[in-house]
Amino acid sequence: MTMEPNTVTLTVFLGLFALVTGLGFVASRWRAGDLTQLDEWGLGGRRFGTWVTWFLLGGDLYTAYTFIAVPALMFGAGAPGFFAVPYTILMYPLLFVAFPRLWSVARKHNYVTAADFVRGRFGSRGLSLAVAITGIVATMPYIALQLVGMQVVLAALGINFSWNLPGFGPVDMPLLIAFTILAFYTYSSGLRAPALIAVVKDLLVYITVFAAIIFIPMQLGGYGAVFDAVPEKTMLLAKGVGNNLGAEFAYATLALGSILALFLYPHAVTGLLSSSSSQVVRRNAMILPAYSLALALIALLGYMAIAADVRTDPNYADGFAAFGNNFAVPALFLKMFPAWFAGLAFAAIAIGALVPAAIMSIACANLFTRNIYREFINPKCTAAQESNVAKIVSIVVKFGALIFVLELQSTYAIQLQLLGGIWMCQTLPSVLLALYTRYCHPMALLAGWATGLITGTWMVSQLAFKSSTFTISLFGIEFPAYAAVSALLLNLAVSYGVTFVMNLVAKPVRHDETRPEDYVS
Amino acid sequence: MHEDKPPPRRKFQPIYLFLVLPYIALLWVPFYNRIEPKLIGIPFFYWFQMSWIVLGALCILPVYLYQESKRK
Repeated sequence: MTMEPNTVTLTVFLGLFALVTGLGFVASRWRAGDLTQLDEWGLGGRRFGTWVTWFLLGGDLYTAYTFIAVPALMFGAGAPGFFAVPYTILMYPLLFVAFPRLWSVARKHNYVTAADFVRGRFGSRGLSLAVAITGIVATMPYIALQLVGMQVVLAALGINFSWNLPGFGPVDMPLLIAFTILAFYTYSSGLRAPALIAVVKDLLVYITVFAAIIFIPMQLGGYGAVFDAVPEKTMLLAKGVGNNLGAEFAYATLALGSILALFLYPHAVTGLLSSSSSQVVRRNAMILPAYSLALALIALLGYMAIAADVRTDPNYADGFAAFGNNFAVPALFLKMFPAWFAGLAFAAIAIGALVPAAIMSIACANLFTRNIYREFINPKCTAAQESNVAKIVSIVVKFGALIFVLELQSTYAIQLQLLGGIWMCQTLPSVLLALYTRYCHPMALLAGWATGLITGTWMVSQLAFKSSTFTISLFGIEFPAYAAVSALLLNLAVSYGVTFVMNLVAKPVRHDETRPEDYVS
Repeated sequence: MHEDKPPPRRKFQPIYLFLVLPYIALLWVPFYNRIEPKLIGIPFFYWFQMSWIVLGALCILPVYLYQESKRK
Protein backbone atom coordinates (compact mmCIF):
# COMPACT_ATOMS: atom_id res chain seq x y z
CA MET A 1 0.00 0.00 0.00
CA THR A 2 1.34 3.38 -0.95
CA MET A 3 -1.51 5.62 0.11
CA GLU A 4 -0.39 9.02 1.44
CA PRO A 5 -1.61 9.76 4.98
CA ASN A 6 -3.89 12.81 5.16
CA THR A 7 -2.80 14.94 8.15
CA VAL A 8 -6.30 16.06 9.17
CA THR A 9 -7.77 12.56 8.95
CA LEU A 10 -4.86 11.10 10.86
CA THR A 11 -4.95 13.75 13.62
CA VAL A 12 -8.66 13.22 14.29
CA PHE A 13 -8.14 9.47 14.30
CA LEU A 14 -5.17 9.54 16.68
CA GLY A 15 -6.86 12.04 19.00
CA LEU A 16 -9.92 9.81 19.41
CA PHE A 17 -7.74 6.75 19.81
CA ALA A 18 -5.74 8.42 22.59
CA LEU A 19 -8.95 9.43 24.38
CA VAL A 20 -10.15 5.86 24.35
CA THR A 21 -6.83 4.51 25.59
CA GLY A 22 -7.03 6.87 28.57
CA LEU A 23 -10.56 5.66 29.29
CA GLY A 24 -9.41 2.04 29.17
CA PHE A 25 -6.92 2.57 31.99
CA VAL A 26 -9.23 4.77 34.09
CA ALA A 27 -11.93 2.10 33.84
CA SER A 28 -10.47 0.02 36.69
CA ARG A 29 -11.56 2.76 39.08
CA TRP A 30 -15.07 2.98 37.63
CA ARG A 31 -17.59 1.40 40.04
CA ALA A 32 -14.49 -0.02 41.66
CA GLY A 33 -14.52 -3.59 42.83
CA ASP A 34 -12.01 -6.13 44.06
CA LEU A 35 -10.32 -7.07 40.78
CA THR A 36 -8.72 -10.14 42.32
CA GLN A 37 -12.13 -11.86 42.06
CA LEU A 38 -12.94 -13.49 38.74
CA ASP A 39 -16.49 -12.17 38.54
CA GLU A 40 -15.23 -8.66 39.32
CA TRP A 41 -12.53 -8.72 36.63
CA GLY A 42 -14.30 -10.95 34.11
CA LEU A 43 -17.93 -9.89 34.58
CA GLY A 44 -17.53 -6.35 35.88
CA GLY A 45 -19.02 -7.47 39.21
CA ARG A 46 -22.36 -8.28 37.51
CA ARG A 47 -23.35 -4.69 38.14
CA PHE A 48 -24.06 -3.20 34.70
CA GLY A 49 -27.47 -1.58 34.37
CA THR A 50 -29.71 -1.31 31.34
CA TRP A 51 -27.75 1.37 29.46
CA VAL A 52 -24.23 0.15 30.13
CA THR A 53 -25.31 -3.33 29.07
CA TRP A 54 -26.82 -1.83 25.95
CA PHE A 55 -23.55 -0.17 24.98
CA LEU A 56 -21.50 -3.19 25.98
CA LEU A 57 -23.57 -5.73 24.07
CA GLY A 58 -23.96 -3.38 21.14
CA GLY A 59 -20.19 -3.06 20.91
CA ASP A 60 -19.81 -6.77 21.50
CA LEU A 61 -22.27 -8.28 19.03
CA TYR A 62 -21.94 -5.78 16.19
CA THR A 63 -18.20 -5.95 15.69
CA ALA A 64 -15.77 -3.96 13.56
CA TYR A 65 -15.46 -6.88 11.24
CA THR A 66 -19.24 -6.87 10.73
CA PHE A 67 -19.08 -3.22 9.83
CA ILE A 68 -16.47 -3.95 7.18
CA ALA A 69 -17.55 -7.40 5.98
CA VAL A 70 -21.32 -6.98 5.67
CA PRO A 71 -21.16 -4.00 3.27
CA ALA A 72 -18.26 -5.76 1.51
CA LEU A 73 -20.56 -8.72 0.91
CA MET A 74 -23.33 -6.43 -0.35
CA PHE A 75 -20.79 -4.69 -2.58
CA GLY A 76 -19.64 -7.99 -4.06
CA ALA A 77 -22.61 -10.35 -3.88
CA GLY A 78 -25.68 -8.15 -3.38
CA ALA A 79 -28.87 -9.35 -1.65
CA PRO A 80 -27.44 -12.48 0.11
CA GLY A 81 -25.29 -10.14 2.22
CA PHE A 82 -28.43 -8.62 3.73
CA PHE A 83 -29.05 -11.82 5.77
CA ALA A 84 -27.34 -10.04 8.67
CA VAL A 85 -30.51 -7.97 9.03
CA PRO A 86 -33.11 -10.73 9.65
CA TYR A 87 -30.46 -12.47 11.73
CA THR A 88 -29.98 -9.54 14.07
CA ILE A 89 -33.75 -9.00 14.33
CA LEU A 90 -34.62 -12.61 15.12
CA MET A 91 -32.05 -13.02 17.85
CA TYR A 92 -33.95 -10.75 20.21
CA PRO A 93 -37.14 -12.74 20.89
CA LEU A 94 -34.85 -15.68 21.72
CA LEU A 95 -32.70 -13.48 23.92
CA PHE A 96 -35.81 -12.20 25.67
CA VAL A 97 -37.13 -15.68 26.45
CA ALA A 98 -34.03 -17.76 27.17
CA PHE A 99 -31.35 -15.50 28.59
CA PRO A 100 -33.08 -14.24 31.71
CA ARG A 101 -33.13 -17.92 32.71
CA LEU A 102 -29.38 -18.28 32.13
CA TRP A 103 -28.74 -15.05 34.01
CA SER A 104 -30.80 -16.19 37.00
CA VAL A 105 -29.27 -19.63 37.34
CA ALA A 106 -25.77 -18.19 36.84
CA ARG A 107 -26.31 -15.62 39.57
CA LYS A 108 -27.66 -18.22 41.98
CA HIS A 109 -24.72 -20.62 41.53
CA ASN A 110 -22.01 -18.07 40.71
CA TYR A 111 -21.48 -19.38 37.17
CA VAL A 112 -19.19 -17.22 35.03
CA THR A 113 -19.33 -19.21 31.77
CA ALA A 114 -21.78 -21.40 29.87
CA ALA A 115 -19.51 -24.38 30.60
CA ASP A 116 -19.92 -23.66 34.35
CA PHE A 117 -23.66 -24.02 33.86
CA VAL A 118 -23.24 -27.29 31.93
CA ARG A 119 -21.02 -28.62 34.74
CA GLY A 120 -23.66 -27.80 37.33
CA ARG A 121 -26.65 -28.92 35.30
CA PHE A 122 -25.28 -32.27 34.16
CA GLY A 123 -22.50 -32.92 36.68
CA SER A 124 -20.30 -33.91 33.76
CA ARG A 125 -16.72 -32.64 33.54
CA GLY A 126 -16.33 -34.08 30.04
CA LEU A 127 -19.33 -32.24 28.60
CA SER A 128 -18.32 -29.03 30.34
CA LEU A 129 -14.82 -29.34 28.87
CA ALA A 130 -16.26 -29.91 25.39
CA VAL A 131 -18.35 -26.75 25.68
CA ALA A 132 -15.39 -24.74 26.99
CA ILE A 133 -13.00 -25.88 24.28
CA THR A 134 -15.56 -25.28 21.53
CA GLY A 135 -15.98 -21.75 22.86
CA ILE A 136 -12.27 -20.98 23.00
CA VAL A 137 -11.48 -22.47 19.58
CA ALA A 138 -14.41 -20.74 17.88
CA THR A 139 -13.60 -17.37 19.45
CA MET A 140 -9.91 -17.19 18.55
CA PRO A 141 -10.42 -16.65 14.80
CA TYR A 142 -13.19 -14.18 15.66
CA ILE A 143 -10.65 -12.05 17.54
CA ALA A 144 -8.31 -12.39 14.57
CA LEU A 145 -11.05 -11.00 12.31
CA GLN A 146 -11.33 -7.90 14.47
CA LEU A 147 -7.67 -7.35 13.68
CA VAL A 148 -8.38 -7.75 10.00
CA GLY A 149 -11.04 -5.03 10.30
CA MET A 150 -8.52 -2.77 11.98
CA GLN A 151 -5.84 -3.53 9.39
CA VAL A 152 -8.13 -2.34 6.61
CA VAL A 153 -8.75 0.96 8.39
CA LEU A 154 -5.07 1.50 9.14
CA ALA A 155 -4.27 0.90 5.48
CA ALA A 156 -6.93 3.42 4.47
CA LEU A 157 -5.30 5.92 6.82
CA GLY A 158 -1.97 5.27 5.10
CA ILE A 159 -0.23 4.20 8.32
CA ASN A 160 0.20 0.48 7.74
CA PHE A 161 3.99 0.61 7.66
CA SER A 162 5.76 -2.50 8.80
CA TRP A 163 9.08 -3.21 10.47
CA ASN A 164 11.11 -6.36 10.29
CA LEU A 165 11.06 -8.09 13.64
CA PRO A 166 13.59 -10.87 14.08
CA GLY A 167 11.83 -14.21 13.89
CA PHE A 168 8.54 -12.76 12.66
CA GLY A 169 9.41 -11.04 9.42
CA PRO A 170 7.63 -7.81 8.50
CA VAL A 171 5.15 -6.79 11.21
CA ASP A 172 2.45 -4.18 10.85
CA MET A 173 3.60 -1.78 13.59
CA PRO A 174 0.49 0.36 14.25
CA LEU A 175 -1.52 -2.84 14.57
CA LEU A 176 0.98 -4.23 17.06
CA ILE A 177 0.95 -1.00 19.09
CA ALA A 178 -2.84 -0.79 19.15
CA PHE A 179 -3.11 -4.36 20.33
CA THR A 180 -0.43 -4.01 22.97
CA ILE A 181 -2.31 -1.07 24.46
CA LEU A 182 -5.53 -3.08 24.34
CA ALA A 183 -3.86 -6.05 26.04
CA PHE A 184 -2.62 -3.91 28.93
CA TYR A 185 -5.82 -2.12 29.75
CA THR A 186 -7.81 -5.33 29.52
CA TYR A 187 -5.30 -6.86 31.91
CA SER A 188 -5.63 -4.06 34.42
CA SER A 189 -9.32 -3.16 34.13
CA GLY A 190 -11.06 -6.35 32.96
CA LEU A 191 -14.57 -6.08 31.52
CA ARG A 192 -14.96 -2.52 32.84
CA ALA A 193 -12.58 -1.28 30.11
CA PRO A 194 -14.58 -2.38 27.03
CA ALA A 195 -17.80 -1.33 28.78
CA LEU A 196 -16.58 2.24 29.18
CA ILE A 197 -14.95 2.39 25.74
CA ALA A 198 -18.08 0.99 24.12
CA VAL A 199 -19.94 4.17 25.06
CA VAL A 200 -17.53 6.37 23.06
CA LYS A 201 -17.30 3.88 20.22
CA ASP A 202 -21.05 3.60 19.81
CA LEU A 203 -21.56 7.36 19.79
CA LEU A 204 -18.98 7.55 16.99
CA VAL A 205 -20.68 4.71 15.11
CA TYR A 206 -24.10 6.34 15.29
CA ILE A 207 -22.73 9.73 14.20
CA THR A 208 -20.93 8.09 11.26
CA VAL A 209 -23.94 6.04 10.17
CA PHE A 210 -26.42 8.88 10.28
CA ALA A 211 -24.07 11.22 8.48
CA ALA A 212 -23.40 8.53 5.88
CA ILE A 213 -27.02 7.69 5.10
CA ILE A 214 -27.98 11.35 4.69
CA PHE A 215 -24.85 12.89 3.23
CA ILE A 216 -23.69 10.20 0.78
CA PRO A 217 -27.01 9.49 -1.05
CA MET A 218 -27.48 13.26 -1.38
CA GLN A 219 -24.25 13.45 -3.35
CA LEU A 220 -25.11 10.36 -5.37
CA GLY A 221 -28.58 11.56 -6.37
CA GLY A 222 -30.84 9.87 -3.80
CA TYR A 223 -31.63 6.29 -2.82
CA GLY A 224 -33.26 5.57 -6.16
CA ALA A 225 -29.97 6.30 -7.90
CA VAL A 226 -28.04 4.18 -5.40
CA PHE A 227 -30.25 1.14 -6.04
CA ASP A 228 -30.25 1.75 -9.78
CA ALA A 229 -26.47 1.29 -9.75
CA VAL A 230 -26.80 -2.23 -8.29
CA PRO A 231 -26.73 -4.98 -10.95
CA GLU A 232 -30.25 -6.34 -11.49
CA LYS A 233 -29.03 -9.92 -11.05
CA THR A 234 -27.87 -9.42 -7.46
CA MET A 235 -30.61 -7.02 -6.31
CA LEU A 236 -32.77 -9.96 -5.16
CA LEU A 237 -32.06 -13.52 -4.07
CA ALA A 238 -31.97 -16.03 -6.93
CA LYS A 239 -35.15 -18.10 -7.15
CA GLY A 240 -34.80 -21.87 -6.91
CA VAL A 241 -34.65 -23.84 -10.13
CA GLY A 242 -36.50 -27.18 -10.48
CA ASN A 243 -36.29 -29.19 -7.26
CA ASN A 244 -33.74 -26.87 -5.71
CA LEU A 245 -35.16 -24.53 -3.07
CA GLY A 246 -32.53 -21.99 -4.02
CA ALA A 247 -30.95 -18.98 -2.37
CA GLU A 248 -34.16 -18.05 -0.55
CA PHE A 249 -33.96 -21.21 1.55
CA ALA A 250 -30.24 -20.73 2.18
CA TYR A 251 -30.93 -17.14 3.29
CA ALA A 252 -33.44 -18.26 5.92
CA THR A 253 -31.23 -21.05 7.28
CA LEU A 254 -28.23 -18.73 7.39
CA ALA A 255 -30.19 -16.22 9.48
CA LEU A 256 -31.55 -18.96 11.76
CA GLY A 257 -28.22 -20.75 12.29
CA SER A 258 -26.42 -17.48 12.95
CA ILE A 259 -28.87 -16.58 15.73
CA LEU A 260 -28.41 -19.92 17.43
CA ALA A 261 -24.62 -19.70 17.22
CA LEU A 262 -24.40 -16.10 18.31
CA PHE A 263 -25.87 -16.50 21.75
CA LEU A 264 -23.74 -19.52 22.47
CA TYR A 265 -20.55 -17.61 21.72
CA PRO A 266 -18.59 -16.95 24.93
CA HIS A 267 -18.43 -13.19 24.38
CA ALA A 268 -22.22 -12.96 24.16
CA VAL A 269 -22.64 -15.00 27.35
CA THR A 270 -20.02 -12.87 29.15
CA GLY A 271 -21.76 -9.66 28.08
CA LEU A 272 -25.16 -10.92 29.22
CA LEU A 273 -24.02 -12.28 32.56
CA SER A 274 -22.40 -8.95 33.44
CA SER A 275 -25.80 -7.25 33.65
CA SER A 276 -27.23 -6.45 37.06
CA SER A 277 -30.58 -8.26 36.74
CA SER A 278 -32.59 -10.51 34.48
CA GLN A 279 -34.82 -7.51 33.88
CA VAL A 280 -31.85 -5.67 32.35
CA VAL A 281 -31.50 -8.58 29.91
CA ARG A 282 -35.19 -8.41 28.97
CA ARG A 283 -35.13 -4.65 28.48
CA ASN A 284 -32.09 -4.98 26.27
CA ALA A 285 -33.96 -7.35 23.98
CA MET A 286 -36.12 -4.32 23.12
CA ILE A 287 -33.46 -1.62 22.85
CA LEU A 288 -30.62 -3.55 21.20
CA PRO A 289 -32.42 -3.59 17.81
CA ALA A 290 -31.30 0.05 17.47
CA TYR A 291 -27.96 -1.47 16.50
CA SER A 292 -29.65 -3.65 13.90
CA LEU A 293 -30.93 -0.48 12.29
CA ALA A 294 -27.39 0.88 12.20
CA LEU A 295 -26.21 -2.44 10.76
CA ALA A 296 -28.85 -2.42 8.01
CA LEU A 297 -27.85 1.10 7.04
CA ILE A 298 -24.18 0.14 7.10
CA ALA A 299 -25.01 -2.82 4.83
CA LEU A 300 -26.45 -0.34 2.34
CA LEU A 301 -23.09 1.44 2.32
CA GLY A 302 -21.99 -1.47 0.12
CA TYR A 303 -24.49 -0.34 -2.51
CA MET A 304 -23.47 3.28 -2.10
CA ALA A 305 -19.89 2.15 -2.79
CA ILE A 306 -21.13 0.60 -6.05
CA ALA A 307 -22.92 3.82 -6.99
CA ALA A 308 -19.87 5.92 -6.09
CA ASP A 309 -17.82 3.69 -8.39
CA VAL A 310 -14.93 3.30 -5.95
CA ARG A 311 -13.79 0.06 -7.60
CA THR A 312 -12.58 1.76 -10.76
CA ASP A 313 -11.10 4.78 -8.97
CA PRO A 314 -7.29 4.56 -9.36
CA ASN A 315 -6.82 6.20 -5.92
CA TYR A 316 -8.09 3.05 -4.22
CA ALA A 317 -6.70 0.38 -6.55
CA ASP A 318 -3.96 -0.53 -4.03
CA GLY A 319 -6.49 -0.94 -1.24
CA PHE A 320 -8.70 -3.24 -3.28
CA ALA A 321 -5.66 -5.22 -4.38
CA ALA A 322 -4.64 -5.77 -0.75
CA PHE A 323 -8.03 -6.29 0.94
CA GLY A 324 -10.49 -7.08 -1.82
CA ASN A 325 -14.08 -5.98 -1.28
CA ASN A 326 -13.34 -5.28 2.39
CA PHE A 327 -11.85 -2.03 1.16
CA ALA A 328 -15.21 -0.85 -0.26
CA VAL A 329 -16.38 1.06 2.83
CA PRO A 330 -13.06 2.73 3.68
CA ALA A 331 -12.76 3.80 0.03
CA LEU A 332 -16.31 5.18 0.11
CA PHE A 333 -15.55 7.22 3.25
CA LEU A 334 -12.31 8.57 1.76
CA LYS A 335 -14.07 9.53 -1.43
CA MET A 336 -17.27 11.04 -0.07
CA PHE A 337 -16.47 12.47 3.37
CA PRO A 338 -14.43 15.57 4.27
CA ALA A 339 -10.99 14.61 5.65
CA TRP A 340 -11.76 15.27 9.32
CA PHE A 341 -14.97 13.25 9.20
CA ALA A 342 -13.24 10.31 7.54
CA GLY A 343 -10.88 10.33 10.55
CA LEU A 344 -13.86 10.12 12.90
CA ALA A 345 -15.45 7.31 10.89
CA PHE A 346 -12.22 5.30 10.83
CA ALA A 347 -11.80 5.81 14.56
CA ALA A 348 -15.32 4.41 15.02
CA ILE A 349 -14.36 1.24 13.16
CA ALA A 350 -10.92 0.80 14.75
CA ILE A 351 -12.22 1.39 18.28
CA GLY A 352 -15.08 -0.85 17.27
CA ALA A 353 -12.49 -3.60 16.88
CA LEU A 354 -11.05 -3.06 20.34
CA VAL A 355 -14.32 -3.55 22.23
CA PRO A 356 -15.26 -7.02 20.96
CA ALA A 357 -11.61 -8.12 20.91
CA ALA A 358 -11.36 -7.23 24.61
CA ILE A 359 -14.63 -8.94 25.52
CA MET A 360 -13.80 -12.03 23.46
CA SER A 361 -10.39 -12.42 25.07
CA ILE A 362 -11.93 -11.96 28.52
CA ALA A 363 -14.54 -14.59 27.67
CA CYS A 364 -11.85 -17.05 26.54
CA ALA A 365 -9.87 -16.29 29.68
CA ASN A 366 -12.93 -16.97 31.85
CA LEU A 367 -13.50 -20.30 30.08
CA PHE A 368 -9.90 -21.41 30.37
CA THR A 369 -9.61 -20.41 34.01
CA ARG A 370 -12.89 -21.79 35.25
CA ASN A 371 -13.35 -24.87 33.13
CA ILE A 372 -9.82 -26.02 32.39
CA TYR A 373 -7.44 -24.53 34.98
CA ARG A 374 -9.63 -24.82 38.08
CA GLU A 375 -11.33 -27.99 36.92
CA PHE A 376 -8.34 -30.01 35.78
CA ILE A 377 -5.05 -28.30 36.71
CA ASN A 378 -5.37 -26.61 40.09
CA PRO A 379 -8.72 -27.42 41.75
CA LYS A 380 -7.66 -25.85 45.06
CA CYS A 381 -6.75 -22.46 43.58
CA THR A 382 -7.64 -19.31 45.52
CA ALA A 383 -9.89 -16.62 44.07
CA ALA A 384 -6.87 -14.36 43.57
CA GLN A 385 -4.96 -17.09 41.70
CA GLU A 386 -8.00 -17.71 39.55
CA SER A 387 -8.33 -14.09 38.50
CA ASN A 388 -4.57 -13.83 37.91
CA VAL A 389 -4.61 -16.78 35.53
CA ALA A 390 -7.53 -15.20 33.68
CA LYS A 391 -5.66 -11.90 33.26
CA ILE A 392 -2.62 -13.64 31.81
CA VAL A 393 -4.70 -15.86 29.51
CA SER A 394 -6.48 -12.78 28.15
CA ILE A 395 -3.07 -11.47 26.98
CA VAL A 396 -1.98 -14.81 25.55
CA VAL A 397 -5.22 -15.14 23.58
CA LYS A 398 -4.88 -11.67 22.05
CA PHE A 399 -1.30 -12.15 20.96
CA GLY A 400 -2.21 -15.57 19.62
CA ALA A 401 -4.78 -13.87 17.41
CA LEU A 402 -2.27 -11.18 16.42
CA ILE A 403 0.34 -13.72 15.34
CA PHE A 404 -2.42 -15.53 13.47
CA VAL A 405 -3.21 -12.43 11.42
CA LEU A 406 0.37 -11.32 10.90
CA GLU A 407 1.81 -14.68 9.95
CA LEU A 408 -1.06 -16.35 8.12
CA GLN A 409 -3.28 -15.05 5.39
CA SER A 410 -6.47 -13.42 6.60
CA THR A 411 -8.43 -15.90 4.47
CA TYR A 412 -7.60 -18.58 7.06
CA ALA A 413 -9.13 -16.44 9.79
CA ILE A 414 -12.25 -15.98 7.68
CA GLN A 415 -12.56 -19.70 6.98
CA LEU A 416 -11.97 -20.62 10.61
CA GLN A 417 -14.56 -18.11 11.75
CA LEU A 418 -17.01 -19.70 9.33
CA LEU A 419 -16.31 -23.07 10.92
CA GLY A 420 -16.43 -21.50 14.38
CA GLY A 421 -20.08 -20.56 13.95
CA ILE A 422 -20.91 -24.10 12.93
CA TRP A 423 -19.02 -25.56 15.90
CA MET A 424 -20.60 -23.11 18.34
CA CYS A 425 -24.07 -24.16 17.20
CA GLN A 426 -23.34 -27.72 18.30
CA THR A 427 -23.34 -26.68 21.96
CA LEU A 428 -27.01 -25.68 21.70
CA PRO A 429 -28.47 -28.93 23.13
CA SER A 430 -26.10 -28.78 26.13
CA VAL A 431 -26.57 -25.09 26.89
CA LEU A 432 -29.68 -23.48 25.43
CA LEU A 433 -31.99 -26.51 25.61
CA ALA A 434 -30.57 -27.39 29.03
CA LEU A 435 -32.12 -24.16 30.33
CA TYR A 436 -35.47 -25.89 29.84
CA THR A 437 -34.85 -29.60 30.10
CA ARG A 438 -32.22 -32.00 31.30
CA TYR A 439 -33.79 -34.99 29.63
CA CYS A 440 -30.65 -35.76 27.64
CA HIS A 441 -27.87 -37.76 29.22
CA PRO A 442 -24.48 -35.99 29.21
CA MET A 443 -22.87 -38.89 27.33
CA ALA A 444 -25.58 -38.64 24.67
CA LEU A 445 -25.04 -34.87 24.43
CA LEU A 446 -21.33 -35.46 24.00
CA ALA A 447 -22.04 -37.96 21.21
CA GLY A 448 -24.40 -35.47 19.53
CA TRP A 449 -21.85 -32.67 19.86
CA ALA A 450 -19.15 -34.82 18.24
CA THR A 451 -21.50 -35.88 15.44
CA GLY A 452 -22.46 -32.27 14.71
CA LEU A 453 -18.87 -31.10 14.80
CA ILE A 454 -17.66 -33.78 12.42
CA THR A 455 -20.50 -33.56 9.90
CA GLY A 456 -20.49 -29.75 9.97
CA THR A 457 -16.76 -29.61 9.32
CA TRP A 458 -17.06 -32.29 6.64
CA MET A 459 -19.79 -30.35 4.79
CA VAL A 460 -17.68 -27.17 4.75
CA SER A 461 -14.62 -29.14 3.63
CA GLN A 462 -16.67 -30.43 0.68
CA LEU A 463 -17.13 -26.78 -0.28
CA ALA A 464 -13.36 -26.22 -0.04
CA PHE A 465 -13.93 -24.03 3.08
CA LYS A 466 -15.24 -21.25 0.83
CA SER A 467 -18.89 -21.33 1.74
CA SER A 468 -21.10 -22.75 4.47
CA THR A 469 -24.19 -23.40 2.35
CA PHE A 470 -24.24 -27.15 1.74
CA THR A 471 -26.94 -28.66 -0.48
CA ILE A 472 -28.65 -31.76 0.88
CA SER A 473 -30.85 -33.94 -1.32
CA LEU A 474 -33.80 -35.45 0.49
CA PHE A 475 -36.94 -37.01 -1.02
CA GLY A 476 -35.99 -35.64 -4.43
CA ILE A 477 -35.80 -32.07 -3.17
CA GLU A 478 -32.54 -30.18 -2.89
CA PHE A 479 -32.13 -28.11 0.27
CA PRO A 480 -29.27 -25.61 0.16
CA ALA A 481 -28.87 -25.05 3.91
CA TYR A 482 -26.39 -23.43 6.29
CA ALA A 483 -24.21 -26.35 7.45
CA ALA A 484 -24.62 -25.30 11.10
CA VAL A 485 -28.36 -25.98 10.90
CA SER A 486 -28.14 -29.39 9.17
CA ALA A 487 -25.36 -30.49 11.54
CA LEU A 488 -27.44 -29.32 14.49
CA LEU A 489 -30.43 -31.41 13.38
CA LEU A 490 -28.21 -34.48 13.26
CA ASN A 491 -26.73 -33.52 16.63
CA LEU A 492 -30.23 -33.29 18.18
CA ALA A 493 -31.24 -36.64 16.66
CA VAL A 494 -28.19 -38.33 18.17
CA SER A 495 -28.55 -36.60 21.56
CA TYR A 496 -32.19 -37.63 21.94
CA GLY A 497 -31.79 -41.03 20.26
CA VAL A 498 -28.89 -42.14 22.46
CA THR A 499 -30.63 -40.86 25.60
CA PHE A 500 -33.76 -42.77 24.68
CA VAL A 501 -31.79 -46.01 24.28
CA MET A 502 -29.86 -45.41 27.50
CA ASN A 503 -33.10 -44.90 29.41
CA LEU A 504 -34.37 -48.25 28.09
CA VAL A 505 -31.30 -50.03 29.43
CA ALA A 506 -31.21 -48.39 32.87
CA LYS A 507 -32.55 -45.26 34.49
CA PRO A 508 -29.36 -43.18 34.77
CA VAL A 509 -28.45 -41.36 37.98
CA ARG A 510 -28.88 -37.60 37.66
CA HIS A 511 -26.48 -35.05 39.14
CA ASP A 512 -28.16 -31.68 38.84
CA GLU A 513 -27.27 -28.97 41.34
CA THR A 514 -29.84 -26.54 39.93
CA ARG A 515 -33.47 -26.33 41.07
CA PRO A 516 -36.37 -25.25 38.85
CA GLU A 517 -36.87 -22.10 40.93
CA ASP A 518 -33.25 -21.03 40.26
CA TYR A 519 -34.20 -20.19 36.68
CA VAL A 520 -36.75 -17.51 37.47
CA SER A 521 -36.09 -14.22 39.18
CA MET B 1 -37.99 -34.04 31.69
CA HIS B 2 -41.17 -33.33 33.60
CA GLU B 3 -39.48 -32.81 36.96
CA ASP B 4 -38.01 -29.61 35.53
CA LYS B 5 -41.26 -27.72 35.23
CA PRO B 6 -41.27 -24.95 37.84
CA PRO B 7 -43.95 -25.47 40.43
CA PRO B 8 -46.72 -24.42 40.19
CA ARG B 9 -47.00 -25.42 36.57
CA ARG B 10 -47.45 -22.35 34.43
CA LYS B 11 -50.24 -22.23 31.92
CA PHE B 12 -49.24 -21.15 28.42
CA GLN B 13 -50.06 -17.49 27.88
CA PRO B 14 -51.26 -16.60 24.36
CA ILE B 15 -49.50 -13.24 24.65
CA TYR B 16 -46.22 -15.09 24.04
CA LEU B 17 -47.38 -15.69 20.45
CA PHE B 18 -46.30 -12.12 19.70
CA LEU B 19 -42.74 -13.40 19.87
CA VAL B 20 -43.40 -15.83 17.00
CA LEU B 21 -44.52 -13.13 14.55
CA PRO B 22 -41.05 -11.88 13.53
CA TYR B 23 -39.95 -15.43 12.74
CA ILE B 24 -42.93 -16.01 10.44
CA ALA B 25 -42.43 -12.67 8.70
CA LEU B 26 -38.70 -12.98 8.13
CA LEU B 27 -38.14 -16.69 7.57
CA TRP B 28 -40.77 -16.84 4.82
CA VAL B 29 -38.30 -15.37 2.36
CA PRO B 30 -40.25 -15.83 -0.94
CA PHE B 31 -42.86 -13.42 0.41
CA TYR B 32 -40.50 -10.45 0.46
CA ASN B 33 -37.96 -11.40 -2.19
CA ARG B 34 -39.35 -8.85 -4.67
CA ILE B 35 -38.67 -5.33 -5.97
CA GLU B 36 -42.13 -3.75 -5.92
CA PRO B 37 -43.56 -1.85 -4.13
CA LYS B 38 -40.64 0.51 -3.76
CA LEU B 39 -40.37 3.09 -0.97
CA ILE B 40 -38.41 6.28 -1.75
CA GLY B 41 -36.52 4.30 -4.39
CA ILE B 42 -35.74 1.39 -2.02
CA PRO B 43 -36.91 -2.07 -3.23
CA PHE B 44 -39.41 -4.02 -1.08
CA PHE B 45 -36.83 -6.67 -0.16
CA TYR B 46 -34.80 -4.05 1.73
CA TRP B 47 -37.39 -1.81 3.33
CA PHE B 48 -39.61 -4.73 4.41
CA GLN B 49 -36.79 -6.32 6.38
CA MET B 50 -35.67 -2.99 7.79
CA SER B 51 -39.16 -2.16 8.98
CA TRP B 52 -39.17 -5.43 10.96
CA ILE B 53 -36.31 -4.09 13.07
CA VAL B 54 -38.82 -1.76 14.69
CA LEU B 55 -41.77 -4.16 14.47
CA GLY B 56 -39.68 -6.94 16.04
CA ALA B 57 -38.91 -4.78 19.06
CA LEU B 58 -42.59 -3.79 19.29
CA CYS B 59 -43.57 -7.47 19.35
CA ILE B 60 -41.51 -7.96 22.51
CA LEU B 61 -43.03 -4.96 24.30
CA PRO B 62 -46.49 -6.44 25.15
CA VAL B 63 -44.85 -9.58 26.54
CA TYR B 64 -42.48 -7.47 28.62
CA LEU B 65 -45.33 -5.36 29.98
CA TYR B 66 -47.32 -8.49 30.77
CA GLN B 67 -44.38 -9.95 32.73
CA GLU B 68 -43.91 -6.67 34.58
CA SER B 69 -47.58 -6.55 35.59
CA LYS B 70 -47.28 -10.10 36.92
CA ARG B 71 -44.24 -9.27 39.06
CA LYS B 72 -46.20 -6.73 41.08
